[in-house]
Amino acid sequence: MNIYVLLKRTFDTEEKIVVSNGVIEEDGAEFIINPYDEYAVEEAIKQRDEHGGEVTVVTIGDEESEKQLRTALAMGADKAVLINTEEDLEEGDQFTSAKILEAFFEDKEVDLILAGNVAIDEASGQVGPRVAELLGMPYVTTITKLSIDGETVNIEKDVEGDVEVIETSLPLLVTCQQGLNEPRYPSLPGIMKAKKKPLEELELDDLDIDEDDVEAKTKTIDIFLPAEKEAGKVLEGELQEQVKELVSLLKNEAKVI
Amino acid sequence: MSEKILVIAETKEGEIRNVSFEAIAAAKKIKPDGEVVGLVCSNDDLENLAQELIYYGADRAITVKNDNLKSYTSEAFGQAVLAVVEQESPDGIIMGHTSIGKDLSPKLASKLDSGLISDTIDIEIGGDQAVFIRPIYSGKAFEKKVITSGTPFITIRPNNIAALDRDDSRSGNISNVDVAIKDLRTIVKEVVRKASEGVDLSEAKVIVAGGRGVKSADGFKPLYELAEVLGAAVGASRGACDADYCDYSLQIGQTGKVVTPDLYIAVGISGAIQHLAGMSNSKVIVAINKDPEANIFNIADYGIVGDLFEVIPMLIEEFKNVAVS
Repeated sequence: MNIYVLLKRTFDTEEKIVVSNGVIEEDGAEFIINPYDEYAVEEAIKQRDEHGGEVTVVTIGDEESEKQLRTALAMGADKAVLINTEEDLEEGDQFTSAKILEAFFEDKEVDLILAGNVAIDEASGQVGPRVAELLGMPYVTTITKLSIDGETVNIEKDVEGDVEVIETSLPLLVTCQQGLNEPRYPSLPGIMKAKKKPLEELELDDLDIDEDDVEAKTKTIDIFLPAEKEAGKVLEGELQEQVKELVSLLKNEAKVI
Repeated sequence: MSEKILVIAETKEGEIRNVSFEAIAAAKKIKPDGEVVGLVCSNDDLENLAQELIYYGADRAITVKNDNLKSYTSEAFGQAVLAVVEQESPDGIIMGHTSIGKDLSPKLASKLDSGLISDTIDIEIGGDQAVFIRPIYSGKAFEKKVITSGTPFITIRPNNIAALDRDDSRSGNISNVDVAIKDLRTIVKEVVRKASEGVDLSEAKVIVAGGRGVKSADGFKPLYELAEVLGAAVGASRGACDADYCDYSLQIGQTGKVVTPDLYIAVGISGAIQHLAGMSNSKVIVAINKDPEANIFNIADYGIVGDLFEVIPMLIEEFKNVAVS
């Protein structure tokens, strides 16, 4: 099977966020593989181990994204592709990314594409389904179980707490989330091997893309932090009294019940 | 010429979801003088549901009834909505940022070559342009976004933009569009109900969430009792899910659901940053925890330091008393 994973390097949102002039300060911040994409990498490796084939991890970004690609290779992916847009693109949105990936997949034989359900930075969750639509393949989002039997694919999908049991077929794109698997940590031998695995670098020219063709359709005009929250009230006294006070506060002060 | 906005409504258990009414209010906010057209797709009779869209502010409504619309799939619903979009050529499209909205909107936007702004929590009108505000970086920051080309398409996060009051004196045209839905490769074979008592986490006004402090699957029982008294949904931290106290479908946080209820009661949750990412924008937060140093108290509006197994039964009694009085 030819398995592809769409991976994004993201800001580690556990970090403190500093905004200056409407932009998030990236200096000194930690960057990680988008946590949802880790489920996709893990699942791709498991499916390959079961059915054979090859796992290729693809990202759009700049030189810095090599680190996250190497991590995916160390987890067990076979090949990585970096579509480097640093010199060609000032700004892009989900439309941009999907169009670039469409061009990348144009001459590829694809059985399965896995992506994260959403990236924790911009959190739009659009790129996976957009790519599937552009490639004319079915997709299923927020999956928690994947089993492939020949061309038939059985999936469990989380729908706001309920589970949908879905039958579909390859070629297919899925987006992954918690509950699907437990992403592995790269092992030391894995890390050593990853250094020798192929990592191809492409630019928009290599994909025959003109930057006007992928021009973003949305624009961010400002970024700001939420207003500081005032310190809360920790209640005191006998537990029974605290409970009474809490219910009264919720009713009369906060007016939420 | 007045502009037209299409609101793609969603049904759950035979009723229109509240977020669809919120989407109508959002459409009115963007184009106060525009025409709002509600769309509802199902395999069932839709007249009454379409009527509800009009009571909540839509100027007219369209229904698509088809046996293939029994369960949502992106393929079947995509075909239904695209046929209506083709007929109506709307100047904007809005739907809820729900499981279906998240799944369907990127497909439609891609097909329509549109920009899509997902998970909008507020709309500002500056001059001629609508500016959409949405959380980024796990809710730790917000961005203001505009659509620069193509049909504007947005999804709105439930519980953030208030629906208009229901007004059953309103009237409007309801029409049906026949759509041939074919070539389906994906089918829903079964839906296993796991979400408790029908209160959905993403739309819940009140959430009771438990963490590692709840200690066991059995420990969640009092939380369910409290939720029942409050008409609340039950959620959990990743710690509680990882420890198998409850299903992953309940997980709130960075890798889980993002919720913004009016009231969030965090029980035995320490307040790890990943959990806060999923709930810190809740309107009022109550923390109940044994550890006075727990991080959750830093973001809670009200806190009780104490053993949850003592506090929760007292709370249940007190809420019952208040409800009666």
